[in-house]
Amino acid sequence: MSFFALKNVTKTFGGLVAVKEVSYEIEQGHIAAMIGPNGAGKSTAFNLVTGLYVPTAGEIEFDGRSIAGNKPDYVCKLGVARTFQNIRLFAFMSAVENVMAGCHVRMSAMLWDSLLHTGRQKREERAVREKALDLLRFVSLDRYADDFAHNLPYGFQRRLEIARALASDPKLLLLDEPAAGMNPREKEDLMTLIRKIRDRGITVFLIEHDMGLVMNISEKIAVLDHGEKIAEGTPAQVRNDAKVIEAYLGKTA
Amino acid sequence: MELFIQQVINGLSLGGIYALIALGYTMVYGIIELINFAHGDVYTLGSFFSLAIIGLLDASGELKGWPLFGVLALTVVGAMVLCGLVGVLLERLAYRRLRNAPRLAPLITAIGASFILENIMQLWKGPSPIPFPSVVPNVVWSFHGVNLASNELLVVLAALGLMTILQIFIYNTKLGKAMRATAQDRDAAQLMGININMTIALTFFIGSALAGVGGFVSGVYYGSTWFYNGFEAGLKAFTAAVLGGIGNVAGAMLGGFVIGMIESLTAGFISDQWATVAVFVLLVLVLIFRPSGLLGEVLPDKV
Amino acid sequence: MPNWRKFRPVDWALLVIAMFMPFLPLVDHNGGHLTVLVNAGVYMMLAIGLNIVVGFAGLLDLGYAAFFAIGSYTYAMVASPQFGLHFSFWPMVLMSAFVAALFGIILGAPTLRLRGDYLAIVTLGFGEIVPQTFLNLQKFTGGPNGISAIDQPKLFGYHFGLNPLPYYYLVLVLLAVSLFLANNLRTSRLGRAWMAIREDEIAAAHMGINTTTTKLAAFSLGASFSGLSGVVNASLLTLVSPDQFKFNVSITVLSMLVLGGMGSLPGVVIGSAALSILNFWLLPEANNLAAMVGVHIDFTQYKFMLYGIILVVVMLFKPEGLYGSEQRKAELKERGTSVAAEENAEYEEMPRETVL
Repeated sequence: MSFFALKNVTKTFGGLVAVKEVSYEIEQGHIAAMIGPNGAGKSTAFNLVTGLYVPTAGEIEFDGRSIAGNKPDYVCKLGVARTFQNIRLFAFMSAVENVMAGCHVRMSAMLWDSLLHTGRQKREERAVREKALDLLRFVSLDRYADDFAHNLPYGFQRRLEIARALASDPKLLLLDEPAAGMNPREKEDLMTLIRKIRDRGITVFLIEHDMGLVMNISEKIAVLDHGEKIAEGTPAQVRNDAKVIEAYLGKTA
Repeated sequence: MELFIQQVINGLSLGGIYALIALGYTMVYGIIELINFAHGDVYTLGSFFSLAIIGLLDASGELKGWPLFGVLALTVVGAMVLCGLVGVLLERLAYRRLRNAPRLAPLITAIGASFILENIMQLWKGPSPIPFPSVVPNVVWSFHGVNLASNELLVVLAALGLMTILQIFIYNTKLGKAMRATAQDRDAAQLMGININMTIALTFFIGSALAGVGGFVSGVYYGSTWFYNGFEAGLKAFTAAVLGGIGNVAGAMLGGFVIGMIESLTAGFISDQWATVAVFVLLVLVLIFRPSGLLGEVLPDKV
Repeated sequence: MPNWRKFRPVDWALLVIAMFMPFLPLVDHNGGHLTVLVNAGVYMMLAIGLNIVVGFAGLLDLGYAAFFAIGSYTYAMVASPQFGLHFSFWPMVLMSAFVAALFGIILGAPTLRLRGDYLAIVTLGFGEIVPQTFLNLQKFTGGPNGISAIDQPKLFGYHFGLNPLPYYYLVLVLLAVSLFLANNLRTSRLGRAWMAIREDEIAAAHMGINTTTTKLAAFSLGASFSGLSGVVNASLLTLVSPDQFKFNVSITVLSMLVLGGMGSLPGVVIGSAALSILNFWLLPEANNLAAMVGVHIDFTQYKFMLYGIILVVVMLFKPEGLYGSEQRKAELKERGTSVAAEENAEYEEMPRETVL
């Protein structure tokens, strides 16, 4: 069993086939990407992995078990964290609270602790706040710890979402278009950040439109078009694939 | 057997009233995803307005032919227009500002509006039930112990007729198409040049006008009305709308008849006391097991 | 510990009033005033509980009175001539809270997966079913007449009786405990999870928060507070009947939250105190005053009009309530979807046939 694999995964909505028999394996410690035109089924693939949708057919393996059809909170507990294409922070919680909420699944306070603020609860809260501040430092947002997520600039929000995802101590991090809306400078920083995350031993799987970024940091790329995988390989292989060029540039009749 | 048929007839006429109210719930929910909690009270207002107009015209039960027709037409049209205006006013004052707020917010103002309307009606006609004059002559036919009253037919025909007109309006007119477009995607509709505020106001007008008719026929059917009628009837009509698939006009009608049936059969075969409980239990079960309703479609979560 | 530096004048005022409350009976010997305050306290406890559900977790519960009814009847059935049982008051305080919480789980488990507005209607349905059931089950509940001659508490041989003073202190203690527990919940792992669900349920689930059990916790904890107030209510009135637990009660408590500020405990205190004093004291006083000058108006019949106006006006113009927090203000003004308000492109492309 591989660390992470989609195996012949299909998802249909009514009559529409969003993802069709897609297979994709990722090795632990790699940075892997999935690219494709808008509406190719990339985000649907992510939603299948995190358990928001249940695959119509096929298997999803992660860390030695089958995770297809599990609920999002359980998938997160197993070690898969994600960010969202259109940023879903807890808009009116502070940056540090967002990250602390991300720690939820690794905390042990029970109802009783929460009600009575037991010593155990207090120690854990302190530790979690420290951990959250560390993560904010890691994404260079520690200065904004007490600001509402909503009030941060766009690029910062993307980084905060990454910090929140990291708070659940994932083994696999899914990034859904992390560079969307970023300027070239911010993209540079993002690439550095993604590499730093990988160096922590976390496998990164990203969806991205920015070819420069994808080609630069990925070890492996899959290309989706109309829900089907049309190519897979190293950046160099994908770049020169005839089908990929056709999908992106259209048929030259 | 007689009891069964009798209860089915009762259920159908009860259901006709629920259906008329349910249409408004379903239209408003379809277009702005709001449970217009005050809608049940607009229905009650329909019977109050009818009473007032009948009072003004000084009509009694002796009218026949054209004078009777005239009184009925004036009453129904008057109640429709007045209720429609109340609906538009509600939307303008209590909901429009909150169109982009979390759904909780307009739902709370809707509950507030409902209380305000109920209180106004209570101050207007007092806290006790009020008799409704029998303007429409009621003929009762009996076969083998089963009674069918012309008033019951009136309710069912009014409901079916108005639903048919509404269906034709929604699918075949420009305004109806604008409503459907707004329901599907407000921003895109706006880009296509549809006046969103106008369209939503129109939806409230039509829905409330239909509730107004419901108020009138319920007055005729029950022979009385009460300021608090709309609370329970509204809740049951909402159940009907959900049962049929909210946002779906034919579904609301179907749901209305089903709810009416369940209520009257429970009352006939188990006990009056449990009829309301049965309807609410059904509401809970539908929402849990088939929230898309009988004729609705299932939507996936948005991410 | 509260953050003293963030204290506003209104916080200091609340603190001073709270410190003074235990000494009030020494100054004010008017039993009528104490009765008003005891009633206010019962409602404040209800508001603290509902605030956990509506304010903290963002679940609109329109049938909260059902749990109040369950709490009241639980005590009434085991401490009255109804079945000849006379259980002691004190353990029943905890027991009723527990029973109400249990019903919170029973009613919440199947329904909490529903979307917010549907949940509101289902809870409303429960709110109607529960008193109707108590009404129908005449053998156990006394039907429309309810259960009367309910036992009053005894403490070290002291009978509470009809004197409001012991109730005043009982309610004060229960309120202090309730506020302490509710505040602990707010600033804990569970409270943060509620806040996350309130802001974005899907994101919360992806952060590993089990949304079903977390919401269930809010529902049942909220219910347990109404169980508490139910016992006090039943023993205070020595009578329970189905008409004490109508939709009006749920809306009264909701109006208190909205007025004071959903989600903030000082807001809950302010809102419930204000409406209770209005309800139990000012409106009846107004009637008396009007009668003195020869006008006979029943101001109490305008009560629900007033609640309606509060719900509409506050939600439209000051959704964070009188006390208000910046967070709630921002949250209730716009949907909390950060910068990208657009929904996912792929979702939009999915077939969506709305009939209307």
